[in-house]
Amino acid sequence: MTAVLQILFDALSLGSLYALGALGIALIFGVMRLVNFAHGDYIAFCVFALLWPSIDAAAIVFIGKLPSLILIPLVIAIGAGLSVLSEIVVFRRFRNANPATMMIASFALGFVIRYFLLMLYSSRPKSIDLWSNLSLPIEIFGARIPLLQVITICTTIVVLLALTAFLKRTRFGLEMRAAAENFTMARMLGVRANNVIMLAFALSGALAAAIGLILVTQTGTVDIQMGVSVMLVAFIATVIGGLGSLTGAVIAGFLIGGATVLMQVILPVDARPFRDAFVYAAVIVTLIWRPNGLFAPKSAKQRV
Amino acid sequence: MTLLEVKDVTVRYGQLTALRKASIGLDEGETLFVTGPNGAGKSTLLKAIAGVVSPREGEIRLDGRRISGRAPEEIARMGFSMVPEGREVFGGLTIEENLRLGVGMRADKDQAERDLEQVYAVFPMLRERRDRHAGVLSGGQQQMLVIGRALMAGPRLMAIDEPSLGLAPKVIDDVYAILLRLRDKSGLTLLIVEQSATRAMLTGGRMILMRSGEVALAGDARELARGDTLRAAYFGYGDH
Repeated sequence: MTAVLQILFDALSLGSLYALGALGIALIFGVMRLVNFAHGDYIAFCVFALLWPSIDAAAIVFIGKLPSLILIPLVIAIGAGLSVLSEIVVFRRFRNANPATMMIASFALGFVIRYFLLMLYSSRPKSIDLWSNLSLPIEIFGARIPLLQVITICTTIVVLLALTAFLKRTRFGLEMRAAAENFTMARMLGVRANNVIMLAFALSGALAAAIGLILVTQTGTVDIQMGVSVMLVAFIATVIGGLGSLTGAVIAGFLIGGATVLMQVILPVDARPFRDAFVYAAVIVTLIWRPNGLFAPKSAKQRV
Repeated sequence: MTLLEVKDVTVRYGQLTALRKASIGLDEGETLFVTGPNGAGKSTLLKAIAGVVSPREGEIRLDGRRISGRAPEEIARMGFSMVPEGREVFGGLTIEENLRLGVGMRADKDQAERDLEQVYAVFPMLRERRDRHAGVLSGGQQQMLVIGRALMAGPRLMAIDEPSLGLAPKVIDDVYAILLRLRDKSGLTLLIVEQSATRAMLTGGRMILMRSGEVALAGDARELARGDTLRAAYFGYGDH
């Protein structure tokens, strides 16, 4: 029983990370048909923002020393700001370009951010002690679960509920849903394209910042590569969920997280190093079965 | 008083010229029918006014202000409301959300609430289904929804692309009865694209006939219907 609980929490907390990442990608894809591969680098940028720029091996913690009540909103604002800035400086020029061109632009932007960080901080991973006491386990029904896992899961639930309320209950949310379905028609009804797209980027960047904070607390390290693997899995989750579907992206994020943890447990010991191969085999089977993803949106109209 | 002025507008899609130096004028409170065969540039004309395609040459003015080159949302905010070809309902939004979408740009929110009541009074079917997704509606119901949605934006000029396409004759009569009532009641200016000239003759008003991206003929609908001029212009014989 306690083993099952432990697996469940592992799966949910890993799935949470993937779901938040997938949501960040799906939000922008929905309004712009852009798969933003720089998303992983937003995550790394937010994490590095905790440190003072230096190429020393030891980290000089700067923002990371602030009390969490200031630190968390600040990092989230940094993520949102970076994301909005990249829209204004880069993606706005590609608004009418085809999706492949936009995707390549996002790769390029990702490299620019990565090498910018490399220049300021060097490529060596640095260790940082951010809320390390959260790794201490707490007891839930006899199972010992790291507090951070519980916080990760709760944060994700709160974010998902808040985002749902925002999309369903507010004017801006209504405009975003309309724009995701048919951007041209939404504009003909007075929905301002720039506002909707910038808002999508801001939300996406804020989600990247949340992932960054969770990752750095989990690992205790700051690394240029740290957003890459989450970004990759999150992208796969948006495809499996059905590109354009926010619900699909979240569910698929949790499914991949769950599958990864489950494989780790049920695979024979010799096969465990190849766990990811089994996970991605399941991804391939899913896409053969449902090429448009599990929750493909009903209408996929051309956007302007 | 001229509300809409389209002057020598040319639109090209790549090599194809969809609109060639087209000019039309529309007075406040007037109804103008645009007819013509497939590919005559009727829809392109509406798209150019709406700002969805940008003219290569010429200019478009709404209420004296230049709108060609502006973004669709700005043109909408200046009082132009469009019911495009193919209806374009937001299937994933509820019927009421569809209707409320255009209200965002209006300053007179109280009037918008009264307009919503009026739209529901004209289309009781929409009120009954207000919380259902718009994707479940039939073609005729969707047509009513998009007309209601365009009205909710509080327009001065409303353009409708083929309101009768794919609808049963009885439903077409209903749609027109409602449009004309709105025109007479609130002084709405209408720009209606129809492939067939019959409706324009029945309803009356001004009519232009487009062919190969040009305005081939313009005049009073009923007068044009007399004699052979219209047919000749529609099919293009007599000018070679």
